[in-house]
Amino acid sequence: MREVNVAEVAKAVEKLSIEANCCLPEDVLIGLQRAEAEEKSPLGKEILKQIIANAEIAQKEQMPICQDTGMSIVFLEIGQEIHFTGGYLYDAINEGIRKGYSKGFLRKSIVNHPFLRKNTNDNTPAIIHSEIVPGDKLKIVLMPKGAGSENMSRLAMLKPAEGKKGLVDFVRKAVEEAGANPCPPLIIGIGIGGNMEKTTLLAKKALLRPLNQPNRDGEIKALEKEILQTVNASGIGPQGFGGIITALAVHIEYYPTHIASLPVAVNLSCHATRHAECLL
Amino acid sequence: MKDYLRIQPPLDDTVVSRLKAGDRVLISGTIYTARDSAHQRLIQTIVNNEEMPLSLKGQIIYYVGPCPAKPGQVIGSAGPTTSGRVDVYTPLLLDKGLKGMIGKGNRSQEVVSSIQRNKAVYFAATGGIGALLAKTIKSAQVIAYEDLGPEAIYCLEVEDFPVIVAIDCRGNNLYEEGKRKYKNFMVTCKEEFKCKE
Repeated sequence: MREVNVAEVAKAVEKLSIEANCCLPEDVLIGLQRAEAEEKSPLGKEILKQIIANAEIAQKEQMPICQDTGMSIVFLEIGQEIHFTGGYLYDAINEGIRKGYSKGFLRKSIVNHPFLRKNTNDNTPAIIHSEIVPGDKLKIVLMPKGAGSENMSRLAMLKPAEGKKGLVDFVRKAVEEAGANPCPPLIIGIGIGGNMEKTTLLAKKALLRPLNQPNRDGEIKALEKEILQTVNASGIGPQGFGGIITALAVHIEYYPTHIASLPVAVNLSCHATRHAECLL
Repeated sequence: MKDYLRIQPPLDDTVVSRLKAGDRVLISGTIYTARDSAHQRLIQTIVNNEEMPLSLKGQIIYYVGPCPAKPGQVIGSAGPTTSGRVDVYTPLLLDKGLKGMIGKGNRSQEVVSSIQRNKAVYFAATGGIGALLAKTIKSAQVIAYEDLGPEAIYCLEVEDFPVIVAIDCRGNNLYEEGKRKYKNFMVTCKEEFKCKE
């Protein structure tokens, strides 16, 4: 057994909050540079240049890439040999968010109640997903997710007979209805299988996979490619002003499902798909 | 592409009618911020016939909830938010003299009709480039609803704030025109063996 003091976790989350919001992951930046080279619309090209320049300013000056510094999603992979000491783990995570969002001059975007809507003024609570894994290490991934793209995300409980075609149509419609709102070029996370909540969580986790790292399953990989081509043929383009790059990548994760079900979820993410991680 | 046009609010019919969907524009001067909650309060003020915290005549509202300024900064990152969420409030503000809006994303048919009727203009700023856009903001002052935090109304002085005309006063819509132009673009390209813009 290994003891981990939750104060260490709080400190790590504080640091990750600032890092994730100010430093665009390198794979996303490379994806944007490639898109800028490929885009055919002159305006679309210019938009992509602005996006790349913005990422450079944010990194250099430690400013948030986007003013929507998001709701903080924290993925924990907890080694089952760990014993947490010094307090409650989830309190420590929220403490880390509180400090990070204050010290990093990040926007506080969380309201206390869906209808009362009073700002909690410290960006807490975070949304925490924990998984128990073998070993004695703790992996923390922090993903600030803005509402512009989150609001355009969709879930459908398809009939098994609708199959792949049903999925492709569903994603195409979700992207077309979203138009410019989720800040294209997008990264599209797709969950297939499981049940209702499992498929949405898979869609979110799919966003964490590095760009240009397709699914290892050949059939799913081909589906990722087909969906990417389909959404890029929509014409929506960077920021919705028209162009051939509506999405930088499509990532699919899947899970076994019920004989009667084909749950699918699309979690759209903007060009500023941000996340940072550490291992304790 | 055409060069940038330059404008300075307050806007009048002559300036607005020169702007066409797709034009790139640099705005200098005073603009005001407002997003969901501030819109709700402004509308309530109009409905109750109370005094407005700002005169809307000829002005531009920017849909933004900025990050807090670090010491020595004017403002934190400050990019546009999705405009569609305030569509329900916009026609009344346009009727009261508002001439321009800056946001991101398409607008409802009601807003487009109101833009045409009131000879107004909807600009899009690039979403997700708040750090770059903050550089063009030279001063920022809360003028109303301070309790709303990032949703308060700020008066911003901007210099060469870059936007694109998304919907012009004739109802031309860049979101629709752009999408139409590039739909199946690569497929068509391959068929015609030409892929030059």
